[in-house]
Amino acid sequence: MEKSTVVGLNRTGIDMSPIDIKEMLALSNATPASSSGDESSLADMRKEYIAEAEVVGSVPPPGTLKGAASTAMQKLTGKNPEAFIDKLGCRLAFERTGVRLYDALIAKCSALGNGSAGIPLDTLWNFRNQELQHFKLVESAMRSIGADPTAQTPSADVNGMASMGLIQVLTDPRTSVAQCLEAILIAELADNDAWQMLILFAEKMGMDEMARDFGVALSEEDIHLMHIRQWYQRMVFEDASVGS
Amino acid sequence: MALNLLHDKGCPLDRQRFTWKELIQPPISKLDDDAFTRIRVILMNGIEMEAIRFSHSCARMNYDLQLPLAKVRRVEQHQASMVNNLLGADHSTLETTIGYEQVAIEVTAVVAQNEPDEYLAQLYRFGMLEDFDHLYRYTALLDRLEGKDANNILQSYTDIVPGRPTSVEHRAPEDDLRAHYNRTQAAFISKLHALTILASEQQTHNFYMNVGPLYADPVARQLYAEIASIEEQHITQYESMIDPNETWLEKWLLHEANEVYNYYGCVQQESDSHVKAIWERCLDYELGHLELASELFKKYERRDPAEVLPAELPEPISYASQREFVRKVLSQEVDLRARGTQIVDKSQEGRESQEYREHMNSSGSPSEIVAAGYQWSPGAELVR
Repeated sequence: MEKSTVVGLNRTGIDMSPIDIKEMLALSNATPASSSGDESSLADMRKEYIAEAEVVGSVPPPGTLKGAASTAMQKLTGKNPEAFIDKLGCRLAFERTGVRLYDALIAKCSALGNGSAGIPLDTLWNFRNQELQHFKLVESAMRSIGADPTAQTPSADVNGMASMGLIQVLTDPRTSVAQCLEAILIAELADNDAWQMLILFAEKMGMDEMARDFGVALSEEDIHLMHIRQWYQRMVFEDASVGS
Repeated sequence: MALNLLHDKGCPLDRQRFTWKELIQPPISKLDDDAFTRIRVILMNGIEMEAIRFSHSCARMNYDLQLPLAKVRRVEQHQASMVNNLLGADHSTLETTIGYEQVAIEVTAVVAQNEPDEYLAQLYRFGMLEDFDHLYRYTALLDRLEGKDANNILQSYTDIVPGRPTSVEHRAPEDDLRAHYNRTQAAFISKLHALTILASEQQTHNFYMNVGPLYADPVARQLYAEIASIEEQHITQYESMIDPNETWLEKWLLHEANEVYNYYGCVQQESDSHVKAIWERCLDYELGHLELASELFKKYERRDPAEVLPAELPEPISYASQREFVRKVLSQEVDLRARGTQIVDKSQEGRESQEYREHMNSSGSPSEIVAAGYQWSPGAELVR
């Protein structure tokens, strides 16, 4: 198995510069700040902008009521479909990104000379393809209520912001499998929670069939989460020679 | 081995080739490489970007030079990509910003000490104290926005305390222009200094303008907007120091010589063997560019390049902490201001700059807000 953590000449800490840091600290301690106050001044400016801010964007209205959409749309009557569409759009986008995260993880594991660090590639491929099926499941669900699955909803947009770091970790050639698994674990934890909420949301919207389909996806996501968590823990502990 | 600018021909231009893979090589380690390796990477990207920018301006004004400029520019473009991609993606944009300010402080401090013209040296000290303050402001932002310690980047080479406060650096344009050196009398090293610091400040300005909108936080957006405005003033200062009577070809020759000079200094002092090999390759290529520019100088101006270039390179920029010098300048010159082309005591500052600044700061000063009550501590302020 590859070793994720190695001892070396890490220069970032002050112990690497014992003489310089004494001088640096002496000057810093002896020099007052140029203006009074504390970090609450940043909060004040943020509050000012929050008060003036508009939303990130809007949810596109459901399309024309036609075909299969009309039956489903009747169930949404009297409810607030845009909030539901927003979250469906979010899940759709996250699952699509999830495929790409697994693509990157598979490339990382496949590149290892000693055979993917003990992680079965066929299982990773299976997870990757299930993310793709989940994406298509949500796409179909959105169409069934007349929503446009090609639109980027506000929750999908903000979720994309949150996921940017995960993509960076997965695609950096220097990151270890364990570091990548940690990034995937963050994604799977969030994903698992989001599916649970989406199922509940679908039930509350009267979309029982949709909720049942989503339940199948959640059971597959449960398996993803369990494996990723186990692989990650095993790698961290083995790296520390404390056994898994 | 010492270089001879007039005789060492370097790699011929037609043999200067790259593959895409060569442009994107393994980056330096943010954690393990020496901070001065990052400083050299950032500086040399700035030098290359200036080469490209100058080359385009020159091409727009000189039909006969357009093809040779385009050929050299293609190589400069790829050198810039190769160099800039040595920065790893684990640097957050703010961490890279800390690196940029460390470049501005440490390199300008060396230049200020080596500059033989006292007027120009004073201008470098003046600009350096402003960048020194920017480091303090960005350190506060990095700490209070991302919860990170800027000293992880600085590696204890550079102090983090206020300099000339950024909020008072805002000046009217009349007070940003300086007197230029005389091209026939100035020392060769003075010309290289001006081009080097101009290149560094110009890339810093471009970087801040590009990355400011990447932040969601309005505090960060305001601080980048404010400091980008000062970097723009610095470009105005440093470019006005250069003699506008130099011919286009003379300027081209000086640009190529400056690239040779800076790569030579990098080769001499680089501690990372992989990066050193890149500096050696670029040095060889730049000698080839200098050779071509020298030939064109002879052809079109019918002048000997020796009128502009000495045979021997001046002493390279030293890549080492300039802490003592910076502290001395800080203690003696923090209260200086600019008036017209001169550096004066703050009591003599002109009304235009004061009025301009008062208005810009009238809805709050981002640099004061971000650093309110801020004193740097190892491990960030939450450790205090």
